[in-house]
Amino acid sequence: MAVQVEDLRVVRGGNEVLHGVSLAVADGSVTGLLGPSGCGKSTLMRSIVGVQIVEGGTVTVLGLPAGSASLRRRIGYVTQAPSVYGDLTVLENLRYFARVVGVGRDRVAEVLDSVGLSQFTSRLTSSLSGGERARVSLASALLGRPQLLVLDEPTVGLDPVLRTELWRMFHSLAHDGTTLLISSHVMDEAAECDDLLLMRDGALLEQTTPDALRRSTGQDDLSKAFLAVIEAAERSR
Amino acid sequence: MSARVTLATAQRVLWQIRHDPRTIALLLAVPALLLVLLRYVFDGREAVFQSIGAPLCGLFPFIVMFLVTSITMLRERTTGTLERLMTLPLAKLDLLGGYAIAFGLLAAAQAVVVCIVGFVFLGLDAPHGAWLVAVLAVFNALLGMALGLFVSAFAQTEFQAVQFMPALIFPQLLLCGLFVARDDMASVLYAISWALPLTYAYDALARATSLAPLGARLVLDVLVVVGCTLGALALGALTLRRRTA
Repeated sequence: MAVQVEDLRVVRGGNEVLHGVSLAVADGSVTGLLGPSGCGKSTLMRSIVGVQIVEGGTVTVLGLPAGSASLRRRIGYVTQAPSVYGDLTVLENLRYFARVVGVGRDRVAEVLDSVGLSQFTSRLTSSLSGGERARVSLASALLGRPQLLVLDEPTVGLDPVLRTELWRMFHSLAHDGTTLLISSHVMDEAAECDDLLLMRDGALLEQTTPDALRRSTGQDDLSKAFLAVIEAAERSR
Repeated sequence: MSARVTLATAQRVLWQIRHDPRTIALLLAVPALLLVLLRYVFDGREAVFQSIGAPLCGLFPFIVMFLVTSITMLRERTTGTLERLMTLPLAKLDLLGGYAIAFGLLAAAQAVVVCIVGFVFLGLDAPHGAWLVAVLAVFNALLGMALGLFVSAFAQTEFQAVQFMPALIFPQLLLCGLFVARDDMASVLYAISWALPLTYAYDALARATSLAPLGARLVLDVLVVVGCTLGALALGALTLRRRTA
């Protein structure tokens, strides 16, 4: 398992925002983390990347406790808000992060090409659109060929063509052995994933697959299927 | 810590500044223009201009780098780039060292400009050489940078960050002896002034710009400034958290 989370509890600002979450992310899978905004997806991802102070439980990533120093070369993390330098050009951003992770300029060119930013290299990052900036942030995370990619809503605000292209790239990365954990609040992206983690109000409702979800709920539409899972959870409470 | 990552960080900070030519112009021109202003405020009172203007050449970089660094680090925190860096194979010392190199170079450029204007064009005296003032200015700039890095952790907004300048720097400027000799102050203030790093920074500059011999006290002054810089950097490193709430 690339990621193993046991009974994870996180308190932020005096409120418990994750109430004992347990889950597993399989090696080389594309796992979708789905749920409405504010349900704790980002906090869970931060815990996996090792930047979140946790209250209880264990998070094991690639066989090591989350946050271990040696994981910093093996994980790529893309936050929801693009975390790149607005006052640098696209190329300067990538060159800086490339030197930090220790890869060369050819890798920079390769990554820029894979996210479709090759024509934007000399543009100031702050002058790009939101979707373009998000791709600079994604490209920066790809530089070191991480074994695990944790992507927080990477396709928000992208047009359908780009979104399809990115999903194609995610699948090809997974094909090459990368594990991807991708959050989204749009259920139609769930169909792209191998595994699904359905979250609500700081708890994991279900760990499933798109097909199993359709079968268990009798709903073809994944949004409706998610709704059915929520309703079932409410009834059993 | 790695030299590659430290130098990459220094270069990145310089790239950022290069994209902001107005900031570069302000950094280089404003201290020099203020010195010209001071020259004519004390028109005909050369001794006063010498006693205030000459040490001030080495204090401008301290004030400016404090401000610039605290804002830069605050932006690093608020835009999420700090969090990204903390997930990468980058040591905290790489980040701090990169900042020190970049802002040290910037401070050196600023010090050279203000020293040329002061000691060449405005007739200020530096009996021990203007280069000594410029070197002290770089040390002071690094002290300002280190303090700025540290206090930026306590600011959530730019508005708060700029307030730390009058809150932490002005009192030190008033008590360091630049405007009034420390012996003439209320005894409580005199005692407090011993605990403030700028007192030592000023003392070194006052010696460098007067006929008095430099002596062992100059060495002590520089050591105190360097010590305070390292102390502030260590405290700053503590505020760079890999994990946050």
